[in-house]
Amino acid sequence: MNGQAFLAMGGYARFVWPAYGVAAAVLLILAVWSLASYRRVKRDLAAREEKSPRKRKGPRGR
Amino acid sequence: MARLANPTQFLKLSAALLPWCAAAAALGLGLGLYLALFVAPPDYQQGEAVRIMYVHVPSAWMASLVYAVMAAGSAVGLIWRHPLAHIAAEAAAPLGAGFTLICLVSGSLWGEPMWGTWWVWDARLTSVLVLFFLYLGFIALEHAFDDKSRGTRAAAILALVGVVNLPIIKFSVDWWNTLHQPASVFRLGGPTIAASMLWPLMVMAAGFLFFFAALLLIRMRSALMEARLRALAFGNPG
Repeated sequence: MNGQAFLAMGGYARFVWPAYGVAAAVLLILAVWSLASYRRVKRDLAAREEKSPRKRKGPRGR
Repeated sequence: MARLANPTQFLKLSAALLPWCAAAAALGLGLGLYLALFVAPPDYQQGEAVRIMYVHVPSAWMASLVYAVMAAGSAVGLIWRHPLAHIAAEAAAPLGAGFTLICLVSGSLWGEPMWGTWWVWDARLTSVLVLFFLYLGFIALEHAFDDKSRGTRAAAILALVGVVNLPIIKFSVDWWNTLHQPASVFRLGGPTIAASMLWPLMVMAAGFLFFFAALLLIRMRSALMEARLRALAFGNPG
């Protein structure tokens, strides 16, 4: 199958490619969003714990 | 399972599992895409349009599966007050909504050339649309209260009520007249779909499943760290 015929999808290109495009876009958005908020909270938590180290705060002085 | 109740244990275990889930997701989706577009044969009736199946069917399976995960997490959270259960349910919800959206859009794009319509208000399509709104309702309720725990409870109750929709989706194609075809993979008597199409479908479905698992773990880790951050902000290092 040559490239042109592949892209044409037997005349169904305008249905097949948008279906794959929407799937890719939704999965990508979910992944990027989840990873970005993961990195942000990780960074915030590290900064916070540096400011008030947990170890020195315990009543038993662990 | 009892040891997983401990968030510290979960953070350790999830850190170990994450790279494997992510690798399996990348492999499954990559290989699945290749098989779906280049290896799987065109259908004798549908021609190349049948390739929509390889995104439509896995996303449809995931839409229901993720809802079951969300409802199970909500139930465990409500009944046993397991600290991770609500976190799992809330981490799953946007992922399930995403899969449902893919299912609806790709189904519509498949319906137009094959049935001659983008949409019909039949039992299968309508019940999946309801599923989409259940996900959105869950997410909205979760954030609808100033008191986070009230939002969590309200959303969890909605998730449990919505469980009735799952068997309706599954059996809608048998109970009512519909344009949608009946099950051809998970059915009594085994799959009726050709092996040359079944394998690409299964690989793609595995890719979707591991994609969900990886993102679920990441989102649960985020939520746990966020809770810790809140505790620190209120001067209560827990």
